[in-house]
Amino acid sequence: MTTLQSAIQNNNAKRERELITPEGLALPLRIASRGSRAGALLLDLLFLFLGFLLFAVALGMIGLNLSSVSGLSKTPVGELIGIVFILALFFSRYGYFLYFELGARGATPGKRLLGIRVAARGGQRLTTEMVIARNLMRDVEVFLPAFFMLGNGFDAGLTGAAAFVWLATFVLFPFCNRDALRAGDLVAGTFVVEANRAKLQHAISLAPDHSQTYRFGEAELSVYGEHELQVLEGVLRTGDEKALREVAEAICRKIGWDMGSGDEREFLNTFYAALRAHLESGMRFGKRKKDKHS
Amino acid sequence: MALDYLSKIPWFRQAEIVPPEDIEAASLRSDRFRLEREVDWQRLERIVTALEKGRPKRISDDDLLDLPVLYRKAASSLAVARETSLDAATIAYLEALVRRAWFQIYGPRDTLSGWLRGFLGGGWSQAVRAIWLDICIALFFMVAGTVVGWLLVSREPDWFYALVPGAMSNGREPGADAEVLRQSLEPTTSADGLSVFATYLFSNNTGVAILAFALGFAFGIPTMLLLISNMALLGAMLFVFVEAGLGVEFVAWLSVHGTTELGAILLAGAAGIHVGRAMAFPGQRTILAALQAAGLRAAQVMAGVTIMLVVAGLLEGFVRQLVGDSSARLAIGGAMLAFWCLYFAGMRRRQERAG
Repeated sequence: MTTLQSAIQNNNAKRERELITPEGLALPLRIASRGSRAGALLLDLLFLFLGFLLFAVALGMIGLNLSSVSGLSKTPVGELIGIVFILALFFSRYGYFLYFELGARGATPGKRLLGIRVAARGGQRLTTEMVIARNLMRDVEVFLPAFFMLGNGFDAGLTGAAAFVWLATFVLFPFCNRDALRAGDLVAGTFVVEANRAKLQHAISLAPDHSQTYRFGEAELSVYGEHELQVLEGVLRTGDEKALREVAEAICRKIGWDMGSGDEREFLNTFYAALRAHLESGMRFGKRKKDKHS
Repeated sequence: MALDYLSKIPWFRQAEIVPPEDIEAASLRSDRFRLEREVDWQRLERIVTALEKGRPKRISDDDLLDLPVLYRKAASSLAVARETSLDAATIAYLEALVRRAWFQIYGPRDTLSGWLRGFLGGGWSQAVRAIWLDICIALFFMVAGTVVGWLLVSREPDWFYALVPGAMSNGREPGADAEVLRQSLEPTTSADGLSVFATYLFSNNTGVAILAFALGFAFGIPTMLLLISNMALLGAMLFVFVEAGLGVEFVAWLSVHGTTELGAILLAGAAGIHVGRAMAFPGQRTILAALQAAGLRAAQVMAGVTIMLVVAGLLEGFVRQLVGDSSARLAIGGAMLAFWCLYFAGMRRRQERAG
């Protein structure tokens, strides 16, 4: 295994958490990576921006020009539209995130696209107050720093520098704790986790039975453990011919068989079924074999 | 169901879940286990998908009634499969399925509008009453700030320029002509309410209120400083007007929106102090648990503060510019103050009243 691969695996293992359901079942959860969270935020901001662009264009279509707000405000109707627009701007800042995170998916469109969602820490029910709390803090963590940067906050001298340090604390907060919590998550008692979906795959061991062609004995089957079984399962599900051939050759070398080419898939399918039967019967007696070394 | 006709078109018809044919032929026990149950799993998956898409109407009555049973079946299947099966793909599928179902079954119960109703109908005032101590602390610092501003400027008028940013004073400074000061209190004749509304609502009130809350994160100390510095500005301004003999007019002018706006800043500061206090004195709980409990309460208060700020912005932008009479202004301001006090003290949830 290369260093990169092991680094990725190590990183993934660090993000594993467990959720205990009220039924007492431990469900694995993986903390969303900081990168995907930043990406989700950027996507959401992009969507908000596009939404307002569309809104402004639509207003332009019906003959209103927002760039001349000062002229517009001279008429009562224009003033009303202006107020509605400003209020919409104000509430979209909060409403967009609130509405979507309170929905069934617990995720804004950006989060959904990147396969992550909001959840309550410690297996509690996610409540409305939690979502509100984490989104109010978003103001300090995202919008204030953005306005600060855009509004030349540095010009204010010492106060500006102090404000910069203060805001940087919030922006860098997720890098300072194990669960990648931002300040809003900390206050609200939430965290962001991966929400992947999985499809029910076909059962490989139901493939046509060749156990008469290939008979594996105790000696051949006790060579491998669960880890190797799962690697084999992965190879069979991917179905790459070259990988199948290589794996079949490796197994034959290990168990001392000599097999002609052309029949790798049937051989591997049968070996998979036999090995699984062997390991599962051991499991039923409380004997588990983690990998070939144990 | 309204969408019944859709199911007649092949495109919209949901794929039937086909039960596996030959369960007995499976050689592995774990495979038989899986094949016997996979129809239930797929039924659960279909329900969960409909719930996630926000289309609960698509779920048939039978499915909905069976949902808890199906969820528990899937959860127990997962527990059994972990101990008896080595089919990694099936276990991964079950884990994802049970997790998705868990999020649906134990997800937020309220919609945004339902929450808002409960919030305005008692949740907000309850949260405000719960942080009464912090409100007292914040009020103390606000009054102290005003007094400090007053005293500083009364001793040494130069302090005024240090406290009030040049752009904001707009000719309202110590020793200014009483007529200039009076002019600034007059309602404007042209309807430029919108620009006033926008500038104030977004650059001043909201910023100060949200900052006051967010700064509470550092044990509440920055919040107190912010409250003092902001109110010192008010105190300085007050002194200038009183010196020119316009005290009553100034208070009336300020009270129209000020009772609501200062109330909002008071609540925001109190919310910040509440969070900061929980951090500094968590009591028997861990800091994280204390912070979370305080944060949730403070969040409710803050959600209400935004509502107050919008009201304040409307009062400031329109009512104050249209009503010029001091006594009418005082009446409006006083009425708003009385309204908020009554609302926070009196609004109770139905259960709260019964209990």
